[in-house]
Amino acid sequence: MKTENQRAWIFVLPVLILVAFNALVPLMTVVNYSVQETFGNNQFFWAGLRWFEEILQSERFHAALGRQLFFTFTILIIEIPLGVAIALAMPRKGLWVSVCLVLMALPLLIPWNVVGAMWNIFTLPKIGLLGWTMNNWLGIPYNMTVSPVAAWITVIMMDVWHWTSLVVLLAYAGLISIPEAYYQAARIDGASNWSVFRYIQLPKMKRVLTIAILLRFMDSFNIYTEPFVLTGGGPGNSTTLLSIDLVKVALGQFDLGPAAAMSLIYFVITLAVSWLFYTLMTRNEQ
Amino acid sequence: MAKITLESLYHSYLPNPAGLEDYVLKEIEISWKDGGAYALLGPSGCGKSTLLNIISGLLTPSRGRVRFDDADVTSLPPDQRNIAQVFQFPVVYDTLTVYDNLAFPLRNRGVKESRVDTRVHEIATMLELEDSLTTRASNLTPDNKQKISMGRGLVRDDVNVIMFDEPLTVIDPELKWKLRSKLKELHQKIEVTMIYVTHDQTEALTFADEVVVMQDGEIVQIGTPVELFERPHHTFVGHFIGSPGMNILPCEVVEGAAFFRGHKVELEGAILKPEGRTEIGVRPEFVRLDKTGIPAVIRKASDIGRHTVVEAMVADIAVNAIFYGPPPAKGTEVYLSLVADKTRLYSDNWISTEASE
Repeated sequence: MKTENQRAWIFVLPVLILVAFNALVPLMTVVNYSVQETFGNNQFFWAGLRWFEEILQSERFHAALGRQLFFTFTILIIEIPLGVAIALAMPRKGLWVSVCLVLMALPLLIPWNVVGAMWNIFTLPKIGLLGWTMNNWLGIPYNMTVSPVAAWITVIMMDVWHWTSLVVLLAYAGLISIPEAYYQAARIDGASNWSVFRYIQLPKMKRVLTIAILLRFMDSFNIYTEPFVLTGGGPGNSTTLLSIDLVKVALGQFDLGPAAAMSLIYFVITLAVSWLFYTLMTRNEQ
Repeated sequence: MAKITLESLYHSYLPNPAGLEDYVLKEIEISWKDGGAYALLGPSGCGKSTLLNIISGLLTPSRGRVRFDDADVTSLPPDQRNIAQVFQFPVVYDTLTVYDNLAFPLRNRGVKESRVDTRVHEIATMLELEDSLTTRASNLTPDNKQKISMGRGLVRDDVNVIMFDEPLTVIDPELKWKLRSKLKELHQKIEVTMIYVTHDQTEALTFADEVVVMQDGEIVQIGTPVELFERPHHTFVGHFIGSPGMNILPCEVVEGAAFFRGHKVELEGAILKPEGRTEIGVRPEFVRLDKTGIPAVIRKASDIGRHTVVEAMVADIAVNAIFYGPPPAKGTEVYLSLVADKTRLYSDNWISTEASE
């Protein structure tokens, strides 16, 4: 009989403990809250699935979810093609490669709340470069604190500015891993630039793009800091995305039960979409 | 189809090559007959792939001309030269089916779909890919992928030349042999010029009617496999082809006769220019263990199947001989005789005896 060495478990134990304390225990606490009602004083009463039913039927949740989906969908539609286009335009060898890579990496290095603050100042109608230019120079009224459209445009521009780089870097990594022979064969076969993109570059980038879309989906679906600093969810509720709404419920109103139920629903949606997408993208691979 | 001529071709990868040593190709002068099967043989880094890329148009030579028949194509891009090239690693369009892969070069050139269909089926039959026409190319084994790369070249009926750049590198040994004979068979069937680049002498010698041996960016010898084996023009060819390679033995030339460690050696013919460093070249196949001749001591005998390679020491120099039958024991004193009309003199590495015929 084959004896298996079980010692490996000892080596994973520290990670298991770490994960337990920073993920499993907090998650279980949330599950615990989601089925209880509290009126303070650390007294809890059993509530069953009431909070879940309430959240799933709440118009406020539906609206926030709708805004969230619109936001995520819009930034994906912009960032993925834009990222691929920039990656295609970047040089493959020479001095400019490092210059481009550093320039691309810069937005990724800026802390999220700083990004929010930067864009907030950038768009201020009186002193912000963009805000002042739009209002005073081009004569287009542009004020985030008044107009929901302006707020939305700014939130999306900010995300595109901050995160397209990630798509660029991933797509670029996919592109430079294509052996030169593919391009040579395509030239000999008389392929057009479009054919080269369609039949060589895109298929070879598929894996990294899958990762890029997944990361951008999860990150944008859970986004909090940047829009919170930028618009605080306003004007009104117009840019209140799911996570902002969640924090309002949990910390603003201190409704722990509904907030916990909402987080779990939120979590399940993120997980389900990611899983579905990944399964669809990789179903053709052995 | 066309005759391919390379005229005083030089190539350097440096923008401003200074001396001859900056060139990876030096003074290449060669012409390939229409419909021939050629091999370009040489060690890694000798410039053979560079030469291939110049013929296909992927590279423009620093100096010199490339002609297809009488047309100068030196500056034409690859898609206008009507050539095909198969690379070291199989190149297939992963997301397309085998059928679409084979149809790709034709569709890019706007060939009518009915014609595409007939050609694809013809080529698929030839390559035994009929059954997998509807499978996605990414699901194929490396040898079948390499067949598709070949097929994309063959499918165009107007190709001037098909070039193979070490195409069997990633193929399993038992399939290598199969694919090589397939290639040979295809060549006989369609009679298009084929140039096969390799560093493997077996591949070169079995595939080609004529082999071009290259070293350090220069052509050392062009000849049939038999010529290269029998009468290498350069010690490099002697070394590189054959297993074990030719014995290259230092010698002195005194009054028109060659002496190896004091023993007179009969050569195939008169010595032409006994200048520089002189050496005797004789293949192990033509060294006999005999009753008389050059005295030697057996140092090693390696049984390699059908025959034994015997290493005998003449003073301090090892001479290989191929021996059939039970080999003599280590330390045995023997006499070596060299077959005179297969023994040549080389001065400064180049042959300098008159041919025997």
